[in-house]
Amino acid sequence: MRHTISVLVENEFGVLSRVSGLFSGRGFNIESLCVAETMDPQVSRMTIVTSGNDQIVEQILKQLNKLIPVLKVIDFTGVDTVDRELVLVKVNAEGDGKQEVLRLVDIFRARIVDVAPRCYTIEMTGGEGKVTAFLQMLRPMGIREVVRTGKIAISRGM
Amino acid sequence: MQMTGAEIFVKALADLEVDVVFGYPGGATIHIYDALFRNVKVRHMLCRHEQGAVHMADGYARASGRTGVCLVTSGPGATNTVTGLATAYMDSIPVVVFTGQVPTLLIGNDAFQEADIVGISRPCTKHNYLVKETKDLARIMKEAFYIASTGRPGPVLVDMPKDVLAASARYDLPKEVSLRGYRPTYEGHQRQVESAVRLLLSGERPVVYAGGGVILSNASGELAELSHALSLPVTTTLMGMGAFPGSDPLSLGMLGMHGTYAANMAISNSDVILAVGARFDDRVTGKISEFAPHAKIIHIDIDPTSIQKNVRVDIPIVGDVKDVLRKMIKLVKGKKEATAYQGKTAAWRGQIVSWAKTHPLTYKPSKGKIKPQYVVEQIHKLTKGKAIVATEVGQNQMWAAQFYSYEQPRTFLSSGGLGTMGYGLPAAIGAQVAMPGRLVVDIAGDGSIQMNIQELATAVQYRIPVKVVILNNGSLGMVRQWQELFFEGKYSQTCLPHIPDFVKLAEAYGAKGFRAEKTEQVPEVLRKGFAADGPVLIDVITDPGEMVYPMVPAGAGLTEMLLV
Ligand SMILES: Cc1cc2nc3c(=O)[nH]c(=O)nc-3n(C[C@H](O)[C@H](O)[C@H](O)COP(=O)(O)OP(=O)(O)OC[C@H]3O[C@@H](n4cnc5c(N)ncnc54)[C@H](O)[C@@H]3O)c2cc1C
Ligand SMILES: Cc1ncc(C[n+]2csc(CCOP(=O)(O)OP(=O)(O)O)c2C)c(N)n1
Ligand SMILES: [Mg+2]
Repeated sequence: MRHTISVLVENEFGVLSRVSGLFSGRGFNIESLCVAETMDPQVSRMTIVTSGNDQIVEQILKQLNKLIPVLKVIDFTGVDTVDRELVLVKVNAEGDGKQEVLRLVDIFRARIVDVAPRCYTIEMTGGEGKVTAFLQMLRPMGIREVVRTGKIAISRGM
Repeated sequence: MQMTGAEIFVKALADLEVDVVFGYPGGATIHIYDALFRNVKVRHMLCRHEQGAVHMADGYARASGRTGVCLVTSGPGATNTVTGLATAYMDSIPVVVFTGQVPTLLIGNDAFQEADIVGISRPCTKHNYLVKETKDLARIMKEAFYIASTGRPGPVLVDMPKDVLAASARYDLPKEVSLRGYRPTYEGHQRQVESAVRLLLSGERPVVYAGGGVILSNASGELAELSHALSLPVTTTLMGMGAFPGSDPLSLGMLGMHGTYAANMAISNSDVILAVGARFDDRVTGKISEFAPHAKIIHIDIDPTSIQKNVRVDIPIVGDVKDVLRKMIKLVKGKKEATAYQGKTAAWRGQIVSWAKTHPLTYKPSKGKIKPQYVVEQIHKLTKGKAIVATEVGQNQMWAAQFYSYEQPRTFLSSGGLGTMGYGLPAAIGAQVAMPGRLVVDIAGDGSIQMNIQELATAVQYRIPVKVVILNNGSLGMVRQWQELFFEGKYSQTCLPHIPDFVKLAEAYGAKGFRAEKTEQVPEVLRKGFAADGPVLIDVITDPGEMVYPMVPAGAGLTEMLLV
């Protein structure tokens, strides 16, 4: 099963390699990982998407907690969250295709952020399902390149 | 007051009450060696290889409970410590290793004698540091010792660039350590402890499975008290040898791959297991799906990652063994339930006794060749079970565990988790440094001893009177045993030709050498060797065909033991 894990860490040198090393060294899987500072510049947040059976995920959470610079570990499974991913796509835009791309951009509330003679670069954010659907719809036009940030998540309400 | 980093280092060691540092100098640490010159507070012992230095710090820590300290230079000095770090890491031993590093500005430049030791050692340390500014050095040292010795102990490495050691700063050693991401849990949850006691008392076939955590927690007294209050049979892991007196009638000896028949049968037939500071290693469980099929399990461990890792447990208790056992004792000692319980479990203890009687640890004595087990028995007899015994790895290690009865914690020093050949001699030296009045014996193999034999020079230089007994079977016996049993006796690369003449070798180093070649010589040669001053090496020529039994083949269930 997939889990989205939010990890608050000391914003210090080497902490990313401690976390990623923990995953690689124990054969745990990382699907995506995002890191950036929080409101407190001494603390960073990592959002990690991983998968494994319950026992593996329990180990992952415990092992993360065990790292000295890790301050807090939250497993978002079963928690009501808002999650988003940002994707940049470079897609062919020629002839009739142009109109189709514009239509999709409109439907998915994406934005065109760069225009070249034969292609558009589109920015889109959304939950996982939306991002996947968008890319699926664009595929027939000819996607040249995709860059995704990986998922970030925040709990709803208080 | 302004001091150089090197002076800060030496002063902080003294203030942290470090009495000895095992080390080896080089360019990157030369400022420290200058500051150490004629220092009277901190003794530096010059080893002959950095691996030896870490094992000495480790042996010092295991024997005394104090944190062992090691100091080496950058690059090759640092990389030579990796096996020692991994050994200490696997067995949860508090050690702090200080490494020199190239100057800050050269880091990453493939500078002379540069190695990314922080990167290399990350997976085999509890934590590690690169010191970037001289003013941080004392604080980091304080934190390093704190992290190494608290919670689940382990090695910590501190990497110190040469310019950081040369530059000056104010000496500022904090009184307290505050790490918001590190707060080990010592106190077991009271309600959880109560449930554990209820579960324990509900069973009829209990076993205590005690591990290295009991020794690390200094909780042998509590373990004995609880066990006696309820007449609980106790088996220990290799790392737990000495946590419960081997001669106690409730002791079942070691369990696992080379455990006793009684211990493995008891675990396999039990209905409640109280796991105390033990981590369900695969050498202990055998085939997981067949491990203790009828048992409910209570697991006490200070490290949450040890719990539910290999085996599903019914009642987990995160906390210090000492605290949790005290709470359990309070709930049962002198209570009438305890007496009733002892009655209810008497038949089970009878069953265990009969397993132990029908299948004791044994071997077939022979007139001709010296049996290694006999040698260990003789060492036990001669030392009255009071020596500190270090071991190498292999058959020698298993016989040392099986045929010497350990009565006290911190008297059996062995690389359990990593199984590091070459551990025993330096660990024995470190233990002897920590415990100058004790008799320290390294039970060795002819293969392993050659992996750190150079440390004999250290022992001679500092007059450290360790006694090494080599069970010389002319082979890498443990691997040979597997080849004998599972690879049709094809002894690929396990016969050791060109074994040096160990007696002459000892003498070449300035130690004393003895040899026994016949069974009847063994007691006398051991007696003479142990009575001799200074470091001694005793070469005992043993039966090369001898095997370690019982043996649970890898991947088999614990009851599928091959017996003598
Ligand atoms: C050739 C060879 C053969 C071997 N055969 C066997 C065998 O037959 N049987 C056997 O038992 N072993 C055997 N071993 C050793 C084995 O590999 C493991 O090292 C050993 O079983 C682990 O022991 P342990 O479970 O006590 O754990 P340790 O490694 O000692 O771990 C201690 C546990 O206690 C916890 N702990 C630490 N401090 C505290 C505290 N204060 N409070 C609470 N918990 C704490 C730790 O978190 C950890 O989980 C063999 C090794 C070799 C090299
Ligand atoms: C550094 C290292 N290399 C290899 C091994 C694998 N190994 C385990 S036991 C053993 C044989 C040890 O031989 P010896 O020291 O003579 O002990 P014996 O088994 O003969 O008593 C070997 C090679 C190991 N444990 N450690
Ligand atoms: Mg041998």
